[in-house]
This record gives sequence, structure tokens and C-alpha cells, in this order.
Amino acid sequence: MASPVAGADVAVGTELPPGSFVVTRADLVRYAGASGDFNVIHWNQRVAQSVGLPDVIAHGMLTMALAARVVTDWVVDPAAVLEYSARFTRPVPVPDDDVGATLDVSAKVTERLDDRRARIELTATCGGDKVLGMARVLVQLS
Amino acid sequence: MALNLDKVGAAYPTLTYEVGREKIREFADAVGDPNPVYRDAEAARALGHADVVAPPTFAVVVTRGPQKVVFDDPELGLDFSRVVHGDQKFLLHRPITAGDVLSVVATVDSARTVAGNEILAIRSDVSGADGEPVATVRATLVVRAETEG
Repeated sequence: MASPVAGADVAVGTELPPGSFVVTRADLVRYAGASGDFNVIHWNQRVAQSVGLPDVIAHGMLTMALAARVVTDWVVDPAAVLEYSARFTRPVPVPDDDVGATLDVSAKVTERLDDRRARIELTATCGGDKVLGMARVLVQLS
Repeated sequence: MALNLDKVGAAYPTLTYEVGREKIREFADAVGDPNPVYRDAEAARALGHADVVAPPTFAVVVTRGPQKVVFDDPELGLDFSRVVHGDQKFLLHRPITAGDVLSVVATVDSARTVAGNEILAIRSDVSGADGEPVATVRATLVVRAETEG
């Protein structure tokens, strides 16, 4: 499927509207249930700290899903995403409070490919630290 | 505890996953995405889809069962409490939509030790009812070294 965004209109360097996403402990519980990922480091502070983590951490896949929003909102049809990859370079600690952690995401078109495709590089930070590395999305434009 | 290298490339069973509208909606809710194409079949059809479409990372739900078979394999020797996610890659050959009946199989692509941490690469191949490829999902898991003392 192709995005309604016309490839002819998208140049390398185009910046997508950025996004900011809050993650609370409740969000981690909801994501654990929806995804089936019940790894204890995402909900049990005692176990998380016993394996050397600073606190309960967000599922890397939740971070990736949130970061993808910046792209899927822009391409309109989420099915225009052909590839999506990222490294989890730093954990996203989620404190046991009502504030949670905030993920800030920006995105830029870094490459135009044949067949009206574009590669987008995402930057995702939490408290100023980059939490995703090599976060790249390949999209099908029209 | 060391990972069993004999499990690299080993055959694990193929499981079936039936994609439901309500599961897609639940997943979209869990990632806080209000996009109507994840909930409203008419909105999805307006973009040319047969039914509601799954978000790009929904393939983790589809591949969870076969991955769990690998994680839980006592012969592999994975200490899941020490696992953190290293990286993830989705190749989406076609959109996953409600009503899809998918076949999914997971394979251990590689297992190695780097600076005391064990690195496990798992690939999950998702195909449709007619056998055509739907998604290839690659995950790298890092098994953190035991802390000293």
C-alpha cells in the first residue's frame, strides 16, 4: 500500500511534524497485556533493579511503536511502512509516579529511493538521552 | 549459564495466528494511537484495505507465540529475567489486516557472547494462508552478564 503523500513532493531533508509521548507505569501494564510481553523488568522494580537496571523500563517495542506514530501520522496510511528497524541504545526508565517518562520524537527524510520510496530517520530521546539508535523507516509514497 | 549453540538454526514448530479486529484495536489503544484505520473498517477500506489494518509493530503480537516456544525451550538455556531487547527489525511485505490467518515460525539465527553478555538473534517468518510472505521480524536479545558479588 502507498501513502497518499506524493513522492514528488518529498525531498531529502524534509522534516516530519515531531511528537511527544508520555509513558506511565499504567501504560506499561496495558502494553504488556496487549502485546503478551510480560517480562518482569517492565513491571517489577525489585527484579529490574536486581538485574542492574535503574528502575522498571519501558518495553523497547512500546518505545518503537510510539516513535512510529510520527511517521504513520504523516504518511496517513500506516500500511505504507515497508520496513522499520531500531536499536535500543538506552533503556527508558519509567518511575512509579503519575508523571511517567516522556519520549520526544523527531523525524527527517534522509534518502529517496526508486519506486517512490523514502527512508526516514527517527530521533527518539527521553530526558535528553537518545533511546533509539539507527531508527529507520522505509515508506512507500505515491 | 551458556546458551546452547546447537539450537542455532533448529526447527521450531509453525504456529497459526488469526488476526482479529478487536486485537488490533486493543494493541492500538495500548500504544495510544487513535488512528481510525486500526478500528474502523470503513476508514481502512477508504485507503484500499480489505479490513482494519494493524500498526507497523503489531507483528510482535503475531510472532509472540512462536518466540515464546524458543524462549521457553529448556534446551536453549535462556535466563529470561536477564534479557533486554537489543534491536528489532520489521520487513513488512504486505499489510496485516483483520481476518488474516497467518503461519508463523521462529528460528534462532545466531547466538554469540560479546563482553560477557550473550547475544541471541531470533528471526520470525510470517506468511499468509496462500503461503506468500507477509512479514520478516528480526529481534536481537541481550542476556546481561551476572552482576558480580
